[in-house]
Amino acid sequence: MKLRIGAIADPGTSVVNLTGGWRTEIPRITPELCIRCFNCVIYCPESAVKYSDKEGIYFDYDYCKGCGICSNECSGHAIYMEMEEK
Amino acid sequence: MKNLFASGHRACGGCGMAIAIKLILEATGENVFVVSPTGCLEIVSSPYPETSWRVPWIHSLFENAASVASGIEAGLKALGRKDEGKVLAIGGDGGTADIGMGALSGMFERGHDVTYICYDNEAYMNTGVQRSSMTPIGASATTTPAGKVSYGEIHPKKDLVSIAVAHGLGYVASASVGYAADLMDKVKKAVDHDGPSFIHLHSSCCTGWRHPSSKTVEVMRLAVLTGLWPLYEVVDGEVVNVKRLAKRLPVEDYLKTQGRFSHLFKTDEGAEVIRQIQAMADANAEQYGLDLDIEE
Amino acid sequence: MQVVEGSYAIAHAVKRCRPDVISAYPITPQTHIVEDLAQFVADGELECEFVPVDSEHSAMSVALGASAVGARAYSASTSQGLALMWEVLYNVSGMRLPVVMTAVNRAMSAPLSIWNDQQDTIGARDSGWIQIYVEDIQEAHDAMIQGYKIAESKDVMLPLMVCADGFILTHTYEPVVLAEQIEVDDFLPPYEPEYFLSVDNPLSFGCFAEPDKYMEFRYMQHEAMDRARIKIKEVADEFGKAFGRYYGGLIEGYNLDGAEIVLLTFGSIIGTIKEVVDREKNVGILKIRSYRPFPLVEIRDALKDAKVVAVIEKDFSAGFEGALFTDVKAALYNHINDLKMLGFVVGLGGRDVRADDILEIIKRSKSAMDGGITDEWQFIGLRGELL
Ligand SMILES: Cc1ncc(C[n+]2csc(CCOP(=O)(O)OP(=O)(O)O)c2C)c(N)n1
Ligand code: SF4
Ligand code: SF4
Ligand code: SF4
Ligand SMILES: [Mg+2]
Repeated sequence: MKLRIGAIADPGTSVVNLTGGWRTEIPRITPELCIRCFNCVIYCPESAVKYSDKEGIYFDYDYCKGCGICSNECSGHAIYMEMEEK
Repeated sequence: MKNLFASGHRACGGCGMAIAIKLILEATGENVFVVSPTGCLEIVSSPYPETSWRVPWIHSLFENAASVASGIEAGLKALGRKDEGKVLAIGGDGGTADIGMGALSGMFERGHDVTYICYDNEAYMNTGVQRSSMTPIGASATTTPAGKVSYGEIHPKKDLVSIAVAHGLGYVASASVGYAADLMDKVKKAVDHDGPSFIHLHSSCCTGWRHPSSKTVEVMRLAVLTGLWPLYEVVDGEVVNVKRLAKRLPVEDYLKTQGRFSHLFKTDEGAEVIRQIQAMADANAEQYGLDLDIEE
Repeated sequence: MQVVEGSYAIAHAVKRCRPDVISAYPITPQTHIVEDLAQFVADGELECEFVPVDSEHSAMSVALGASAVGARAYSASTSQGLALMWEVLYNVSGMRLPVVMTAVNRAMSAPLSIWNDQQDTIGARDSGWIQIYVEDIQEAHDAMIQGYKIAESKDVMLPLMVCADGFILTHTYEPVVLAEQIEVDDFLPPYEPEYFLSVDNPLSFGCFAEPDKYMEFRYMQHEAMDRARIKIKEVADEFGKAFGRYYGGLIEGYNLDGAEIVLLTFGSIIGTIKEVVDREKNVGILKIRSYRPFPLVEIRDALKDAKVVAVIEKDFSAGFEGALFTDVKAALYNHINDLKMLGFVVGLGGRDVRADDILEIIKRSKSAMDGGITDEWQFIGLRGELL
């Protein structure tokens, strides 16, 4: 790809950088405990916690860095962290 | 969520600033021009050809974000494009309170229609946790390290909100990344306000403050709950909407969560500094009427 | 033709370019230019955002922000102010924003001096800006109009500073042909950049480059400077056709035919030199209009029949020699090696450059031509009794 003058970049292109590889711990959910407070969605620094009516809360492991904030802020104690097997 | 701050950015896991940006853009929506000075935010979000921004964004230098924002606002006005979007500057405590202070003061004084948000992580994080004028008393930073004869930073933080208010700004607020709804509400008000507005945003850096990445939000809430980071707005010079505390916690509850204060818990001098910090929280409580039980 | 102050002529030309945003900070002897522009705005003669900032650093930063949203931006400064802008100058050129400014030439402190020399813009030489040095007020006026056309052209997209000697070109009155709006509108198209900040296409400006790309970005700036060489000449020709005035492209020769001694210089000093040279045989002048991009080929060509070239300049690099002298020598090396080269520093901090000084330079050049021994590089007009 040729460089563009002035180092001007196209919007949102950092999505090519899959930060999931940084993770040592991985968040998991016990769906029955979720009380839909959405703290996890609001506070995830990577926008890696997703929600849909069908699936409920789930994670985008391509970007989740395993920081554990979602688990720490979870009102229902539904999210727990595990060591990730690599 | 609108995801205007794209994933794939390079902030440390658990970075408060990354949460801040996503919440700020959630509040503003896409019709906004953002300026950032040099610092962690710029570095984690813009390694060419990648950028995490889905709104028009510019980084120029460390000390000129407020001036570049002024230029953007003036340019949009001159081109008849003022309705295209609001102008927002988001800068660190160093870029705002230290090296960028003159430019910020000029931008305020000239009345540009710009919202300036300072995410205050209380040191120069991008260059390795050196102290800034916003590093709190007692914190160990790499240029004010705690040592055998030093307890770390000795000067109190600048009162940025008062500095902004002294410029006659119509809307100024303090906010915390630990209180998302409150933050987004304040961002909306600031952006909707005509003329310059300012938000002083407490934003943890787990790397520099030395707490586990999972505790970022919790630590920031403790700053508020101990009275060290009062949440309030100043509208047309009047302090309003102070967040009251049912039971204010002792400052130790906040300090002990972070490695940057850990040395204070080991010596008598440290204990004295903690008492000093408690006195500051008490003074805040007094000044802003933080304590519910005392008031009622 | 009207008799006006130099600053007014420059401000008038800027007004005719219809800038969207002007931002500047006062410093002698640049002040009259921006005061005149402010007055145009106050009188409704110029519709633009005039941003009176807190510093020169901010002035150039405002211009940068404005240019990034696609506005035509202008600033002006000198000396200490230009030095305070230094960091932003590199930023503007690196972002490829075609800001145009007037860099009024003044000495650098300490000791403080408000008077003319060229140490300030020489210091900004490597900032990636095109630098055009002008000889008189009319050329300063005309160069502003040419400047926007060069800077904004699609294959250049570099900022440009018109360097004009302080007081000599800003505070004196001369008869000047002031451009009409309709003439400038015909000559200079509106600024329509390919990339600019907008909500419709939310680009990111000012990204950082890793070592695997930084060098290429710098090389692209260098290529743009190369294309500017051509553009500066083209625009000078077009301007000549449209306005009937021509000052050369990158360089301009004066009495070069058969000249054995060539006095090579830039800026307003050329006026004084011309008067002297008119009375001399076999002495010509080579005026450098464009210092960056540097006219290597043109200089080689112009000097090919000369025996001695004397480079005269109002700047120097402490511990070495005059910057222009170094550059000219470098341009000729490997190309013309039988030419005797001498460098002269004159007029620092407003020291008057008199006809006698020029005569002395010519005398020393002649002596060198005849095999006499003279220092390769020297100060002219030093007051020995003070040292
Ligand atoms: C003129 C200048 N001086 C110093 C620096 C080095 N520098 C870059 S970022 C930075 C600290 C940034 O601190 P802050 O504004 O608090 O942002 P943070 O990195 O903490 O988010 C420093 C000192 C610079 N880039 N430019
Ligand atoms: S662990 Fe951190 S990065 Fe991963 S989903 Fe939870 S909050 Fe997001
Ligand atoms: S934080 Fe916990 S309880 Fe709240 S929505 Fe997420 S998973 Fe459910
Ligand atoms: S150093 Fe601190 S502020 Fe910077 S990215 Fe890491 S956590 Fe965020
Ligand atoms: Mg900081």
